[in-house]
Amino acid sequence: MARFAMAIDTTRCVGCMDCVVACKTENDVPEGLCRDWIVQEARGAFPDLRLEIRSERCNHCDHPPCVHCCPTGASHVESFGSLVEIDPKLCIGCKACLAACPYDARTIHPDGYADKCTFCIHRLKEGLEPACVAVCPTHCMHFGDLDDPASEVSRLVAARRNHSLIPEAGTGPRIFFLT
Amino acid sequence: MAPRVQLSRRRFLKISAGAAGAAAGFSASGLPASLLGSDGEAGIRTVPTFCDVCFWKCNAVATVRDGRLWKIEGNPDDPLSHGRLCPRGTGGVGAHFDTSRLTAPLVRREKRGEEEWTAVTWDQALDEVAERMLTIRERYGPEAMALFSHGIGGTFLKHAFKAFGTPNLVAPSYAQCRGPRDVGFELTFGEGVSTPERTDIENARCLVLLGSHLGENMHNTQVQEFAEAVGRGATIIVADPRFSVAASKAQHYLPIQPGTDIALLLSWMHVLVTEELYDKEYVAAHGFGFEAFAAEVRRYTPEWAWPRCGIDPQTIRETAREMARQSPATLVHPGRHVTWYGNDAQRSRAIALLNALLGSWGRKGGFYAPSAMDIPEYPVPPYPKSERGKADNPGHRYPFASGTITNGIREATISGEPYPVKGWMVYATNLLQALPNQAETIRAIEALDLLVVVDVIPSEIAGWADVVLPESVYLERYDELNVEWFKQPFVALRQPVVESPADQKPNWWIARELGLRLGLEPFFPWENVEEYLETRLQGAGLSLAEMKEKGVVKGPKPPIYYEEGLPAEFFTPSGKIEFYSTQLAEKGFDPIPRFEPPEEPPPGAFRLLYGRAPVHSFSRTQTNPILSEMMDENEVWLNADVGRRLGLRPRDRVRLRNQDDVVSQPVAVKLTERIRGDCVYMVHGFGQSARGIPAHHRKGASDSHLITRYAVDPLMGGTGMSVNFVTLEAV
Ligand code: SF4
Repeated sequence: MARFAMAIDTTRCVGCMDCVVACKTENDVPEGLCRDWIVQEARGAFPDLRLEIRSERCNHCDHPPCVHCCPTGASHVESFGSLVEIDPKLCIGCKACLAACPYDARTIHPDGYADKCTFCIHRLKEGLEPACVAVCPTHCMHFGDLDDPASEVSRLVAARRNHSLIPEAGTGPRIFFLT
Repeated sequence: MAPRVQLSRRRFLKISAGAAGAAAGFSASGLPASLLGSDGEAGIRTVPTFCDVCFWKCNAVATVRDGRLWKIEGNPDDPLSHGRLCPRGTGGVGAHFDTSRLTAPLVRREKRGEEEWTAVTWDQALDEVAERMLTIRERYGPEAMALFSHGIGGTFLKHAFKAFGTPNLVAPSYAQCRGPRDVGFELTFGEGVSTPERTDIENARCLVLLGSHLGENMHNTQVQEFAEAVGRGATIIVADPRFSVAASKAQHYLPIQPGTDIALLLSWMHVLVTEELYDKEYVAAHGFGFEAFAAEVRRYTPEWAWPRCGIDPQTIRETAREMARQSPATLVHPGRHVTWYGNDAQRSRAIALLNALLGSWGRKGGFYAPSAMDIPEYPVPPYPKSERGKADNPGHRYPFASGTITNGIREATISGEPYPVKGWMVYATNLLQALPNQAETIRAIEALDLLVVVDVIPSEIAGWADVVLPESVYLERYDELNVEWFKQPFVALRQPVVESPADQKPNWWIARELGLRLGLEPFFPWENVEEYLETRLQGAGLSLAEMKEKGVVKGPKPPIYYEEGLPAEFFTPSGKIEFYSTQLAEKGFDPIPRFEPPEEPPPGAFRLLYGRAPVHSFSRTQTNPILSEMMDENEVWLNADVGRRLGLRPRDRVRLRNQDDVVSQPVAVKLTERIRGDCVYMVHGFGQSARGIPAHHRKGASDSHLITRYAVDPLMGGTGMSVNFVTLEAV
């Protein structure tokens, strides 16, 4: 089973939010909500500064707490790419998953179900990349199978200094920020 | 808030009946029925076109799903976007769905600026405009009409105005933006930098940015190539009072004192000349007046520059040497919006000269030579010639102006000199935010007999109009072909993807209908725009059918660098690169740029700087529902230490008061390490005042409102706008 992941090159990212806009239109994300977002973190004192810009979203964790806590099985791991997905029909909107996710990646859709990044599974099945990856004008986002050592993502994670978010939570996040 | 538009019941019905697909009027959701995709169309349809959210004009493919516009993506064949639009382009679909759009032609009912309208039919509106234009021509001559136009959409209106007999066609993109840069480069190399910029960032090994904040400023190709350069480890040198996103990618960040770039540039050139690091062969082959130039820059040691611009001598030397090491693939970027201090053409000339020393003009990794495909014009009669010439620059007081000066037209309108200007048409540019000193713009408007605004939203400038003509957005119309000057020549088609939701019309139709009413039939021999486009395309061996399918067709690519056989030609008086400019000397200007210290902010005040955000274009996208969600207000950036000393906390709201006691709307403070303590910064385009724009899209503060002072560039008439000082007052 493939294990899809992203490697995002923060040295190239300019934080333009194209990934956020593309996700919104591709997935008809309702007004006021988003499935991905930009974080800018400045460290140091003027003028000796460092700025890390990250495009963040659901980490499609190896050990997803949102799936473990879901009382109905709506949140589940797909066999396709080991993606963490939600079945709106099974979701009762109890928000347990919202509380369980350390990345604050989930929202409640106005229609009452939990909602989040799907890694654009509908596009992946057509052989396309996720909308955010495909749109990025800086080519800072790379998508692929972490279990395939020859994939671009695997190679980048092996070769480049990187970090993931809150690894100490033990969730096994699959978004790697190259620095 | 509902726009203050008065629609009588009868008129409303008339308008609805005339609008394609909108016969059902408005649905319960408040959206016109046509926006809901109820036309019975099912499935997916894709339509190639090109973007209009900014003037870069990236080629795109729009997707319609079940009759409703879904998304827009880059056209993979596009040499500009390489299949990836910028966030504004991606969010461009929001322009179609914008609920604040103008829906019918409007005629003013009350005093100018009160925004009280009567909706009328297109016939009524165009009859009125034509009649009043003809009266103005009869009384004052055709030159008394001026057209302010931004972007390719204005092409057909420009044509109508030229045929009408006026030479006063003008855009703020010259005197309020890139004009000084082009003049600085014209004086040096005999050619400007053009649009899209002829910068070969893609191949640069060293990129120097002076205040240019690529990445926040999203001109697509530039940003893509910038990221490429960062990715491949090119040296990035950024001089900016603000630690911009680009600065965060730089190996060398130079926190320069605002307004002192010329000191830094002169001293970089000093290092290159005194350490003999410049491209001697290139300078010997192509340079004119190098000896005089070298003698002059010898004075500007890094020790001289340090107290003036705040950059230490070691950094100046190190960065100059790095530029030389990577030359000729060192690109000192000319910037785009460069109307800062009123000495901008000379600063741009200093940038041109630094590039000349590095031998980067005409070279790979520097400046390439763009070319365009030959697509013949549609044959029309010659335009009438104006005896009086343009009104913007009487007596050529700005001797090196190579474009028409907006503020010159504004002055002529107020003074009636050199002759009366009595009518303006304004297309797709919000003059109240684009020009400095709003009071002066309003004074000019008050002196007019006629102000017509063609726009998609009830913008601030539309609020002052006598007649407002609602235009279809780019996703709903054909436009002139984009025959682009670029490293890869191409021709591109804009075509309608969906229908306009109400009674909006494309500009080609507006221009033609107006032209016919003005008695200009011979200039509009085409029945419709398809016929016009087909004729032009067939002249080049192409067809409209092919273009409708492909969207973009590339032409042959000639040599673009000297290395590839491009001849080294310079259209200057000496035929060479002018290190010393005889033309400048003859007109009494410095033949070699000189440094003048900028005025310092008074104690307790900050210089007001402004710039761009990646999700907005000027003041034209704030009502786009998708883009406004990304950023619905601006903030004022203030150095964190300074802010704390003023007792401010993050996100406190303040008002800015400028030197002329003009006070801004409340705006949140961003306390940040990322800016010097002597200036504040905000993103341009926010804090709009038009009542027709819903209040939630008017948030933030307007830099333009605070830019009451401007410094006119004596070479070319551009308006330096970073010359205003503000204090902060807690709300
Ligand atoms: S740069 Fe962005 S807004 Fe401008 S034309 Fe390209 S996609 Fe559109």
